[in-house]
Amino acid sequence: MKPNDVVLQTITTVAAFIIVLFSIQLFFAGHYNPGGGFIGGLLTSGAIVLLLLAFDIKTVSTIFPFDYKIMTAIGLLLSVGTGAGALLFDVPFLTHAYEYFHLPLLGEQSLHTAVIFDTGVYLVVIGITMTIIQTIGESE
Amino acid sequence: MLNIGLDILIALFILGGALLALVAAYGVLRLPDVYTRNHAASKSATLGIMLLLFGTFLYFLEDGHFNSRLLLGIAFIFITSPVAGHLLSRAAYNSGVKLWEGSVQDDLENKEKLEQGK
Repeated sequence: MKPNDVVLQTITTVAAFIIVLFSIQLFFAGHYNPGGGFIGGLLTSGAIVLLLLAFDIKTVSTIFPFDYKIMTAIGLLLSVGTGAGALLFDVPFLTHAYEYFHLPLLGEQSLHTAVIFDTGVYLVVIGITMTIIQTIGESE
Repeated sequence: MLNIGLDILIALFILGGALLALVAAYGVLRLPDVYTRNHAASKSATLGIMLLLFGTFLYFLEDGHFNSRLLLGIAFIFITSPVAGHLLSRAAYNSGVKLWEGSVQDDLENKEKLEQGK
């Protein structure tokens, strides 16, 4: 008998959007408020795990056609890259810089290179969590 | 800060939410089987948490701090908590948990027989 998961699947499509939005908010709020790359990445992978619970593993891999191991590698590369970029300006490794910019629509904003480092952390956390969960989920 | 009426309203929301959470815990202890317990836990705990969050939201609003996360939390609890209750009940029924002996009707009892007859 085929189980009927229509309640779970309908709510998942709504809830996953809220979770992903909240995780992006946590990621960008990390500099001035509690949050950052680690918790944002965990929450994003939580949304993907919710989709994995409601739908099967094949559907989710067509929605998100990423190889999570490559995502981890890109994240590490971003973090090391921002650290090594400091050496070009003759300052110690991992020295960060920021500047105030006047952006269209957003107005006066300070852009910080730590965001790129945090993006690396974010991608590594998503990649590792999803690799672990999908590897356990696929093994018989 | 001297807005006494709003302070009383906030206190009513928070105390009402805490009372409903207590009622939910009491229902989980007192009710006879998993379905009635689930009924108590998923309904009154949901409303209790929503009242608590709304009271907290009003408390911060009084200080001029609009916390949209609390509103998002209210909406999120409201849509997800009943679904969690539904899934728990359904998992319990499908794994064969018996109803309370005082139950008078079980509409899903002959479900598999009916589906095979089609």
